[in-house]
Amino acid sequence: MIITVLSGKGGTGKTTVAVNLALSLAEEGHRVLLLDADVEEPNAGLYLDLVVEETFSVDVLMPKVDESLCTYCGKCAEFCQFNALAVIGEHVLVFSELCHGCGGCSLVCPVEAIREVPRLVGTIEKGRAGSLKFWSGRMKVGEALAVPVTRKLKEGLAELKDEFIVIIDAPPGSSCPVVEAVRGSDYALLVTEPTPFGKHDFEIALGLVRDMEFPHGVIINRSGDDDKLIEDYCREQDVPVLLKIPFSPRLAALGARGIPFSKVIPYWRDKFRQVYRKIKESCRCASW
Amino acid sequence: MRIAISATGRDLDSRLDSRFGRCPYFLVGDPETLEFEAVANPGASAGGGAGVKAAQELVDRGVQVVITGQCGPNAYDVLEAAGIKIFQAPEETLRRVLELYREGKLAQLNGPGSAKQGLKGWGSQ
Repeated sequence: MIITVLSGKGGTGKTTVAVNLALSLAEEGHRVLLLDADVEEPNAGLYLDLVVEETFSVDVLMPKVDESLCTYCGKCAEFCQFNALAVIGEHVLVFSELCHGCGGCSLVCPVEAIREVPRLVGTIEKGRAGSLKFWSGRMKVGEALAVPVTRKLKEGLAELKDEFIVIIDAPPGSSCPVVEAVRGSDYALLVTEPTPFGKHDFEIALGLVRDMEFPHGVIINRSGDDDKLIEDYCREQDVPVLLKIPFSPRLAALGARGIPFSKVIPYWRDKFRQVYRKIKESCRCASW
Repeated sequence: MRIAISATGRDLDSRLDSRFGRCPYFLVGDPETLEFEAVANPGASAGGGAGVKAAQELVDRGVQVVITGQCGPNAYDVLEAAGIKIFQAPEETLRRVLELYREGKLAQLNGPGSAKQGLKGWGSQ
């Protein structure tokens, strides 16, 4: 089973929820794999005593032009939707950071002057923290493409999803990297906070998970006096609120020290386990 | 001599747009006869690589001189490879910009500015 944690707004507590849910379930004896798919700023590992076991590189292909064959017809530049190629007189310029690695240029080249060569865009680390399996992706500094890193990170998940509870910590936002993170999930677990900003971005994220037709529910983080803002909207939209995590100094202090609060407060372990049972229940109608 | 000016509108009474890759139009023509045509900038709506797209368009149109406000590194590479001279001008009307150009009062750009400047202020528009 794959559960993806997402929020729209950054800083609402996706990683807090993903890590606490993963640890609570692993400690209960489940086989759990936590995936940090926020490849721009992978920081779930900061909460864990990690042992990295394997590291992989992520490459995308980019064009290399053999100018002894090139006729400078310009078809490659014309084809490229990302403007990664320019043909200037008898010169071809390749802008590697604009290239998305689709390979179209090599297909449209009439004289086969373009071959594809790998370019490093990120790394994948696989390891564990106690009984919890942990994978994370990291973009190379200066690169603009998150999706190839996320895609590579998720390779092999299909085979594991029957044996493991897979929890994916998605990046913020609602564009391509989030879509790539949540694709193929059984359940979308939304996290929001009771502020106008939290609600605004929650609405966008909700639109995304509905469009992709995932069963979904929400956790309200930093819950307090303004919860009505989110609760009224959830009632109106028929979205179940699975858990409320209070805006408390104690939880904040633990978080600031990099300690997952469910690790030291048994009450929260039980709460996260209940969240999982609710998720499983609502997935049963679909695929379980 | 064919020159191109990044412009906010379609005629010489419009103002120079200081963004190269993201300007809506280029006015392409002859600074002596003042015969210019407006060319929609294909880079204006590009998801990425706007400067490359805009520069390729001007190269394909046989432009020898570009007048703009600033030009990012990728566009600069394309224009430089084509041997196109780039002059920097203020956001005045194109008639005024052409006067300054003819009087030799515009400075030539000898290096690119920062990337993505054309997207600045985008959120507030």
